[in-house]
Amino acid sequence: MTGLLDTIIQGILLGGLYGLFAAGLSLAFGVMRLVNVAHGDFIVLGAFLALYVQRVLNLGSPFTTLVILIPVMFVIGYVIQRLILNPTLGDDILRPVLVTFGLSVIVENVLLQAFSADSQKLQGGSLEITSIALPKGLAVGWFPLTMMAVCVAVIAILQFIMYRTKLGRAFRATSDDGMTAGLMGVNSQHLFAIATGITLATVMVAGVFTGIRASFDPNSGPDRLIFAFESVIIGGLGSLWGTLLGGVLLGVAQGIGARLSPDWQILAGHLAFLVVLMVKPSGLFPKRGD
Amino acid sequence: MSAEKIKVLVQRSTRTSRVATILFVPLVIILVLAPRWLDRGTISMLVEFFFYLALAQLWNLLAGYAGVVSLGQHAFIGLGGYVLFGLCVIAEWHPLLALCVAGVVCAVVAIPVAALVFRLQGAYLAIGTWVIAEVFRLAFSQVTSLGAGSGISLPVSVAQDIPISSLERDTVLYLLSLVLSLFVTFGAYWLLCSRSGLALTAIRDNEGAARSTGVDNLRVKLLIFVATAFGTGLVGALIYLTKFRISPPAAFDINWTSYVIFIVVIGGIGTLEGPIIGTLVFFLLRQYLADLGSWYLIILGAVAVAVMLKMPLGLWGAFSKRFDVHIFPTRRRLAKAEVEGIVVNDKAEAV
Amino acid sequence: MSLLEIRNLSAHYGDFQALYEVDFHAEQGETVAIIGANGAGKSTFLKSISGVVRVKKEAITFNGEAIGGVRSCDVVCKGVALVPEGRRLFTSLSVEENLLMGAYSQKQAGTWTLETVYELFPRLEERRKQGAGTLSGGEQQMVAVGRALMSNPKLLMFDELSLGLAPKIILHIYETLAKIRALGTTMLLVEQDIRQALNVADRVYCFQEGRVSLQGRPQDLTQDQISRAYFGV
Repeated sequence: MTGLLDTIIQGILLGGLYGLFAAGLSLAFGVMRLVNVAHGDFIVLGAFLALYVQRVLNLGSPFTTLVILIPVMFVIGYVIQRLILNPTLGDDILRPVLVTFGLSVIVENVLLQAFSADSQKLQGGSLEITSIALPKGLAVGWFPLTMMAVCVAVIAILQFIMYRTKLGRAFRATSDDGMTAGLMGVNSQHLFAIATGITLATVMVAGVFTGIRASFDPNSGPDRLIFAFESVIIGGLGSLWGTLLGGVLLGVAQGIGARLSPDWQILAGHLAFLVVLMVKPSGLFPKRGD
Repeated sequence: MSAEKIKVLVQRSTRTSRVATILFVPLVIILVLAPRWLDRGTISMLVEFFFYLALAQLWNLLAGYAGVVSLGQHAFIGLGGYVLFGLCVIAEWHPLLALCVAGVVCAVVAIPVAALVFRLQGAYLAIGTWVIAEVFRLAFSQVTSLGAGSGISLPVSVAQDIPISSLERDTVLYLLSLVLSLFVTFGAYWLLCSRSGLALTAIRDNEGAARSTGVDNLRVKLLIFVATAFGTGLVGALIYLTKFRISPPAAFDINWTSYVIFIVVIGGIGTLEGPIIGTLVFFLLRQYLADLGSWYLIILGAVAVAVMLKMPLGLWGAFSKRFDVHIFPTRRRLAKAEVEGIVVNDKAEAV
Repeated sequence: MSLLEIRNLSAHYGDFQALYEVDFHAEQGETVAIIGANGAGKSTFLKSISGVVRVKKEAITFNGEAIGGVRSCDVVCKGVALVPEGRRLFTSLSVEENLLMGAYSQKQAGTWTLETVYELFPRLEERRKQGAGTLSGGEQQMVAVGRALMSNPKLLMFDELSLGLAPKIILHIYETLAKIRALGTTMLLVEQDIRQALNVADRVYCFQEGRVSLQGRPQDLTQDQISRAYFGV
């Protein structure tokens, strides 16, 4: 019983990571109806950038790299959206999907070229090893706890931006009716670029956490994309907190699968996703409308 | 002006298509006889060309016409391959029979897959198909009788079953790949010329408008999804029959989809000629760039992105639009009309 | 010099030409009505001014500046606001948030603020936190007008203000319009309701198949002239 409880707790906390993966995806879709197929690859890019910057600047912790890299990734997101993705937006879904798929291939192979195919890992230091003791002989690592706490904080910040700032108001208005938002003075080209900038900033944070949690290589992107995507679908479109809950469910499903057999971990997650898709395609906690 | 006074001639063929039809027969004859005078390496390359062409036509039919963007068609490549290997290795069937069954199995599996995946829209549907491919890969990695994660080779006895009469094994495989790519290309053409084809072209041009004229979009999409799964499964089975070895990472490799997408995008989505041009360009680029390793894929990706942004109709699409050239004409044009005794041609000039 | 001066304005939707060499002017403080049948080009005309439809730069001069073809997000900064056809409120935003969106382009405060808009439309203050989509047609129209006012425009344009509204509501809206007019705001009204249009306007233009078929002061025009210009007989 303790074993099962432990699995569930680990799964819930893993949901924090998946929620982090998915938050940016959810935001971009909410604002622009854009799904960036390269999303996972950007997470891995973030992990590699953290690795590189930490090495080059001789920093003690990968978290310190965030000070430089969050703004850097924001700028990268802004530029990519402005130059490459904005022209693809419209009614046709073919173009954004194919262009972002092309981006995915480019990012993966640039990383391959720059860093080789070797597996890498970020070192989280003592955070990775220490844990808090809980009753009944359970223990919870500081790292997973931090992961979940940061995820909750990131989502809270995103919610704040969306619902309590002028920028967020503009995001929601543009999502409702882009033409009329333009009549109010909203420059959608610029606004969308900011949205992607914010998305990549969250992706950077996700990258550091996933890089510490497990090893990664240039081809790890698609897996991250799939976890993010499954979290969004399980949780329900349109709600950031729903996405976190979706991530939690995914994490728990994977944990239970891993208990049965290590090979079954990821497959169990996929199956949970497929079940939700079959039974409640709009997700478990969708926002009304959409 | 009464109805009897108007006579019309609706034509599909264009001058280019008539020329192409005449050139086509000698071309096929040359290709059929090719194994006689080409070396193994070239034949091998031709086989690969036919595979990619077939896969590209199928993906194009699904995405460019039915509007279903799939990032997971490699699920059926792998499934087709594994069904073939399963039937040959475990049930000891004749490989050529197993080939046909592989296609059918993929078609049948496509139905529940569609039931799941069609619940999603747009880009999410695309990623959903990718998840399905991953599920297949992980599932087959668990099947120990087929080699689990490391895969399995085709037994020699099966290989010896392939030759037919006086034709060697390699020739048989070559001819099969040629026939398959012709079958797929002309199958797609036939489909597009039919009534369902009109529905497809309508969906390609404007889904909402198509629905309003009574086209049952969902049914058409499902049909095309199942049909392309069948074709993709057939091709996948043949690919791995040719390779004599299959493993989950290879059979369900996303690169199958990446290359096919690049081919269709660069050649021209939504046209039948596009995949042909695209496959040619793909092979040319591979010839000169393959030594560059990951740079090859970076360039391919960058070219595809650039084409999608600047020339979304692709090479053939842009060319065809500019010069109004069609080798596979699917449009029906008003070639001539006689109205109240005056005959006019398709440019509305009196003749 | 007119506040809004339009010369030789032509507008296209792809291959289709919607406006043919239209000449038009509006003076500071005037209320100009634009009438015409469906498809006459009235909406296109307003959209050309607010930058939704691209036209030649010199065709439209506002406040001495050539603004033809300027993007709509930049036009509002110059002092031109449009209340679009069908209201087009942001349904996932509340009433108050819709009004605040109107002030998006504002760098400093002007006459119109949340307080003054609520004074004009007390009903909206009661419903300030409600989702904009839950309001009645008339209330939505009030939000649309208030939203346009929040940008403190020099030129306020209305596209089919009375469309789909009950007569009582239309009267109320037009009473409010009178108050706005009294403050000296220049207004352009595209109206289906000819009677209402002629009632409030200083001058009226009639559009017919993309061209101006008639213009003048309401009192100078006969019923017959208007019918002919409207239907193009």
